[in-house]
Amino acid sequence: MKLLKAGLIGLAATAAGAGAATAQSVCLITKDATNPFFVKMAEGAFAKAAELGVELRSFAGKFDGDHETQVAAIETCMAADVDGILLVASDTKAITSVVEQAREAGTLVIALDTPLDPIDAADMTFATDNFEAGRLIGEWAAKTMGDTSDAKIGLLNINVSQPTVGVLRNQGFLTGFGVDIGDPNRWGDEDDPRISGQELSSGNAEGGREGMENLLAIDPDINVVYTINEPAAAGAYEALRSFGKEDDVLIVSVDGGCPGVEDVAAGVIGATAQQYPLRMAALGVEAVATYAENGEVPEATEGKDFFDTGVGLVTDAPVEGMDQLTVEEGLELCWG
Amino acid sequence: MQDASREADGARPGEGVASFETTESIGRRIAHVFYAAPALVPLFVLLVAIAIFGILLGDRFFSPFALTLILQQVAIIGIVASAQSLVILTAGIDLSVGAVMILSSVVMGKFTMDLGLPPALGVFCGLLCGLLCGTISGWLVADWKLPPFIVTLGMWQIVLAANFLYSGSEVIRSQDIAEQAPLLQFFGRTIEIGGAVFTYGVILLLVLVALLAYVLSQTAWGRHVYAVGDDKEAAELSGVNVRRTLISVYALGGLICAFAGWALIGRIGSVSPQAGQLANIESITAVVIGGISLFGGRGSVAGTLFGALIVGVFTLGLRLLGADVQWTYLLIGVLIIAAVAVDQRIRRASQ
Repeated sequence: MKLLKAGLIGLAATAAGAGAATAQSVCLITKDATNPFFVKMAEGAFAKAAELGVELRSFAGKFDGDHETQVAAIETCMAADVDGILLVASDTKAITSVVEQAREAGTLVIALDTPLDPIDAADMTFATDNFEAGRLIGEWAAKTMGDTSDAKIGLLNINVSQPTVGVLRNQGFLTGFGVDIGDPNRWGDEDDPRISGQELSSGNAEGGREGMENLLAIDPDINVVYTINEPAAAGAYEALRSFGKEDDVLIVSVDGGCPGVEDVAAGVIGATAQQYPLRMAALGVEAVATYAENGEVPEATEGKDFFDTGVGLVTDAPVEGMDQLTVEEGLELCWG
Repeated sequence: MQDASREADGARPGEGVASFETTESIGRRIAHVFYAAPALVPLFVLLVAIAIFGILLGDRFFSPFALTLILQQVAIIGIVASAQSLVILTAGIDLSVGAVMILSSVVMGKFTMDLGLPPALGVFCGLLCGLLCGTISGWLVADWKLPPFIVTLGMWQIVLAANFLYSGSEVIRSQDIAEQAPLLQFFGRTIEIGGAVFTYGVILLLVLVALLAYVLSQTAWGRHVYAVGDDKEAAELSGVNVRRTLISVYALGGLICAFAGWALIGRIGSVSPQAGQLANIESITAVVIGGISLFGGRGSVAGTLFGALIVGVFTLGLRLLGADVQWTYLLIGVLIIAAVAVDQRIRRASQ
């Protein structure tokens, strides 16, 4: 009985809430609630929502790859009749059916950070150009080395399932470095002899260290290492340090988190391509508010099939002919 | 036992009863050997695996560098699996080991770097944190008589959530730690002996396993652990303080996990609240492949070390062969089931 009463009160509260909520509302659904990238993304969204007077509900999968919780979150948002959903999808293919339902119900769906598959399954995508991010660090590494014929390249990817973001960064890096990438939709099919090995890092320090150790076991003379993100780069550096090779190897990475930028300053990472999750989230909230007001759907960046939220190359050893940010500038813009 | 005798019977239909009995007694004798020394099977598998990869890969695998690299790569899981072994020997299970390890490492990092405590005190607080988590689990299992699976499933969630709430998912950088509190990275230091590289973490693992093996086989407390796992009621009746034994096992397990957290800082350099998410599953895998019975009371901590090493050998060996990483998971899955099947057979055959 007590339970029933509580339930009724809850229901009444929700109804009252819904009644009052003629104000605009938006949902943010991220892959998980622990990755600093998503934590910062949510902070950016909440700040923007407070500024615009938009009601924001935040959801997250229990872990990266938790598809079911994301589906349930979209259903909850549809039931709450929000104006728009900002989604960082874990399973970019499987999520499209429930996304379609939400769009049919008149909800604006914006994919953040990770494009859906196909990309037009969402109304718009606000993301980093990950291929460009990879290309920048690849070009920087090639220019820093000068003569790249003696390069021995090790690549630390995220995992075997080859998620789009990981493939784009990897292939972008190789392109920027001057390696023929073969099929741009997968890594590992290149036959350039300068590539010593492709390993996995799970995108964290533990995995980065183990992946780097495996790379060294395959080829102890590796001198350029691409890493999927900065925690993996930090782990790779620990492995190199334990074998006394930390000064012989150039590490490049992608992300631009604050610890990563500090690692650039400390010489752990040579250069990193910085992305801007706060900007992604803030722009997303703004787009939903505009859509709720006049039904306007955001436009893609010219020449791309998504809205490019920008990428900056952070290094303290600049090379000629590239736009670069200093560590100080990178620290001002960093997240996490 | 029935199965074994029937097989033997079927194999020699024409022979007399007497010779049938001899075959069975040889089988029994072998089963008894394995029953008495359960670490022999995983040791055998480990040596065979090393030999096979050595033949396939030659010097790349059979070098001091690669072989000690495997030790480095299994050190953390090996330490956690030692804690897991203690708990499983009492017929329990601890799903919270990885979470306790991470929370302890975060406490060490945050207390030292954010609160500015002396590193030694920060480390002490981290160890205390692990001990406390373990003691709570043990108390719930022993005094409240709750199933270990449920208690530690709950503790896993609680400790992991506490870790994320407290740390805000923020990493403490390796370079900052090296500058302000190198003690935290103590277990990352290395000793090099002719191409073989040992980290202090590896030495911690080896010393810990040796210590536990001694304590479990040579002290009253060790015998109580086995007795509780074998038959709790019988142990109680023969005067073993089951409650105190259980609490001490979980508490010690928590403390060992905290040491694993300390060693983890040494390995990855930084304090990362997101590390070690799979440590509970990986530790159970090592324990099972190492021949410790999930029904408790049988097995040895040396077996656990071999179990962890088998996983490490397969992982590095297959990577060096260039095989898809999924083959590693597939083979480890086969090993898990095979190990438990062998355990069942030995158990039945020797009864």
